[in-house]
Amino acid sequence: MKETFDVAIVGAGPAGISAACILAEAGIKTIVFERGEYPGAKNLSGAVLYGHNLAQVLPDYIERGCPVERNIVESRIWYLSKDGGYSIGYRDRIFAGERKFNAVTVGRAKFDRWFAEQARKKGALVVPATVVVDLLRNERGWVAGVVTGRADGEVQAKVTLFADGINSPLARKTGFRAEPKPEQVSLAVKECIELPAEVIDQRFNVGREEGVTAEILGEITEGMDGIAVLYTNRSSLSLAIGANLADFRDHKKKPYELIEQLKQHPMLAPLIAGGKSLEYIAHWLPEGGYDAIPKLYGDGYLIAGDSALLFNALHREGNNLAMASGKMAAEAIIEALKRDDCSRRGLAGYGDRLADSFVLKDMKKYRRFGKFRYEHKELYGPLPHLAGEAAREMLTVNGVSKKQKQKLIMQHLRQGKFGLLRLARLAWQGWRSVK
Amino acid sequence: MHIVACIKQVPDTAQVKIDPETKTLIRTGVESICNPYDLVAVEAAVQLAEKYSGKVTVITMGPPQAESALRDCLALGAQQAILLSDRAFAGADTLATSYTLAQAINKINDADPVSLVLCGKQAIDGDTAQVGPGIATRLGYNQFTYVAEVIGLDPASNTITVRREIEGGSEVIEGKLPAVLTAELNLAAPRYASLPELVRSLRQEIKVWGARDVAALPEQVGLKGSPTMVREIFVPPARGGGQVFDTNEDKGNAVAGFLDTFFGKEQRLLEELLAKDGHAQE
Ligand SMILES: Cc1cc2nc3c(=O)[nH]c(=O)nc-3n(C[C@H](O)[C@H](O)[C@H](O)COP(=O)(O)OP(=O)(O)OC[C@H]3O[C@@H](n4cnc5c(N)ncnc54)[C@H](O)[C@@H]3O)c2cc1C
Repeated sequence: MKETFDVAIVGAGPAGISAACILAEAGIKTIVFERGEYPGAKNLSGAVLYGHNLAQVLPDYIERGCPVERNIVESRIWYLSKDGGYSIGYRDRIFAGERKFNAVTVGRAKFDRWFAEQARKKGALVVPATVVVDLLRNERGWVAGVVTGRADGEVQAKVTLFADGINSPLARKTGFRAEPKPEQVSLAVKECIELPAEVIDQRFNVGREEGVTAEILGEITEGMDGIAVLYTNRSSLSLAIGANLADFRDHKKKPYELIEQLKQHPMLAPLIAGGKSLEYIAHWLPEGGYDAIPKLYGDGYLIAGDSALLFNALHREGNNLAMASGKMAAEAIIEALKRDDCSRRGLAGYGDRLADSFVLKDMKKYRRFGKFRYEHKELYGPLPHLAGEAAREMLTVNGVSKKQKQKLIMQHLRQGKFGLLRLARLAWQGWRSVK
Repeated sequence: MHIVACIKQVPDTAQVKIDPETKTLIRTGVESICNPYDLVAVEAAVQLAEKYSGKVTVITMGPPQAESALRDCLALGAQQAILLSDRAFAGADTLATSYTLAQAINKINDADPVSLVLCGKQAIDGDTAQVGPGIATRLGYNQFTYVAEVIGLDPASNTITVRREIEGGSEVIEGKLPAVLTAELNLAAPRYASLPELVRSLRQEIKVWGARDVAALPEQVGLKGSPTMVREIFVPPARGGGQVFDTNEDKGNAVAGFLDTFFGKEQRLLEELLAKDGHAQE
């Protein structure tokens, strides 16, 4: 098409729309392409979002009617064996008061649509139902815009921002970044289970607009490096479980089998009892950590969010890294346009901003965490199993003396090759990988 | 030539369920789409406008969200879109709806004379197929329902020839413009909009008209103008299983039992068969 733009953005997820809001606010002519029928149409189910990062893009997001499902007041961590599990949780009144909206659940389909609408109100042009299938390059080989799947669908832009998520046919085709390797992504399945709001309030012991998250580890991933999560939405629960893609391949396991088993676990079954499954999706997550991050910008382009493999696996933070990187990309673009230099050099402000922020600092801090998890499969098999056995023994009242029980447990541990020394080493290595 | 297309935003009926207790449609979480027959009507209107260098105005009566259905139609190539939205319009049945739309078409016609009005043959949520004919009656236009093909249009003599689908076949009829056409699905195939057209549809301003703008009488619009009463909405009872004639016991008995039951229900078929048999014997 004849009309040209300052910035073309591929993907209307949290990364792309954050950038679009900032750019449009600065009066920069921006076009966003989204392959879904509407933004969010491809991003089903619920997710946790962080108010801080959203406020950085839209300070008045509450007044603008952000479709929040529940305000998270409690976080739980479960470590499960096949038949039981440990649970710790932390609830604080500050998250219902002063720090309300620190973390919230949203339905992505609703949230993305609302978020894109805010960008549109600020002046960005959000074009749905349109797939970017290729890139335009100028005579110097710079990215000079995009090609969409529609007739007369070429659009020239001074800068192109890739915010197209982790699974990118566009990257595969044009090579703007390398495809992640199987061990650098995890495959998650997610189910949304409908329950009346009152039932959720009762089962999680929260008020109407308040919610809980649970991160679940242990035997549930059957020896694969993985994790499950449970979030409360207003009148549904999001349950997801995922594991390293290479592990799925090597263990010949199917993700849907994991989620079906998880749903029958005694910690989970009563929470979801009577619920109706609304939707079911499978999705990749970038888990390669710091060392998997591709070149983040080049002549005429930048990459943000999942597409740039920015993900904090320890804290399950993807959306806020997406929003923060989208915002920083926009700021760098604004600078570059001002200087009229959209080359790799002109866009370098993006790299500096990321390096200077929690985005890359956190990822760097945890750079060895992925490897640690991947190499210690006992965390997802023998260890939670033995931990379960131990608790079982200690809690069973059967006339055996406690001292005798302790002895039995230690024996078990040793039989399972988990001497105290090995446990200490595991703890130490784990700590080192995230310190 | 100026063509007006009337469209409706409907819940995607593939997803609609009925709440068994309240007997109302569960609309939460159900996507709204432009009625598929209406998209066909708009595409046909645009094709005619392209052929006879005319223009297309799309209108809909609905809540503010119906704007997105209008944008879908702009992307197909309509030049102008008008949303008829007013609290007073809420709760309208087909009588009040056709009145409101006809009032709007009158106003559009005053500014730029209308030769054709296109509607979908029916909306997939109510399946009434009454609004198109209602508009024709109110405007005093000829009506061509269930149109599968526009065979010819002669602006000089102001006549249109269409093929319409009727039970067991089709019928070719001709009549004078202005006229109302209601579209079958095979009248036209809605196009995949080009990028510039899509971009235009996203940017274009959509006019909003209320009851006063179309000089509608308060007692004829919305709930007040709607004599239709919905007694009950219900899920049809599940059909029971078929009858079984056990051939393991006595085959002859089973077959006789089946024939008795079958022809007991299909008296006419039996009579026809007997009559034929009579012929054969003669
Ligand atoms: C099961 C699961 C649970 C998660 N839970 C959380 C959580 O609780 N908290 C959290 O912070 N993060 C979570 N994440 C991660 C989070 O979803 C992602 O990090 C985040 O969505 C990244 O945003 P994004 O904008 O980079 O990409 P996406 O959200 O993937 O958006 C990319 C968009 O681009 C579009 N697109 C792609 N290619 C094209 C193309 N060629 N043309 C046009 N459009 C295109 C897509 O349709 C999509 O809308 C979870 C992920 C999964 C899979």
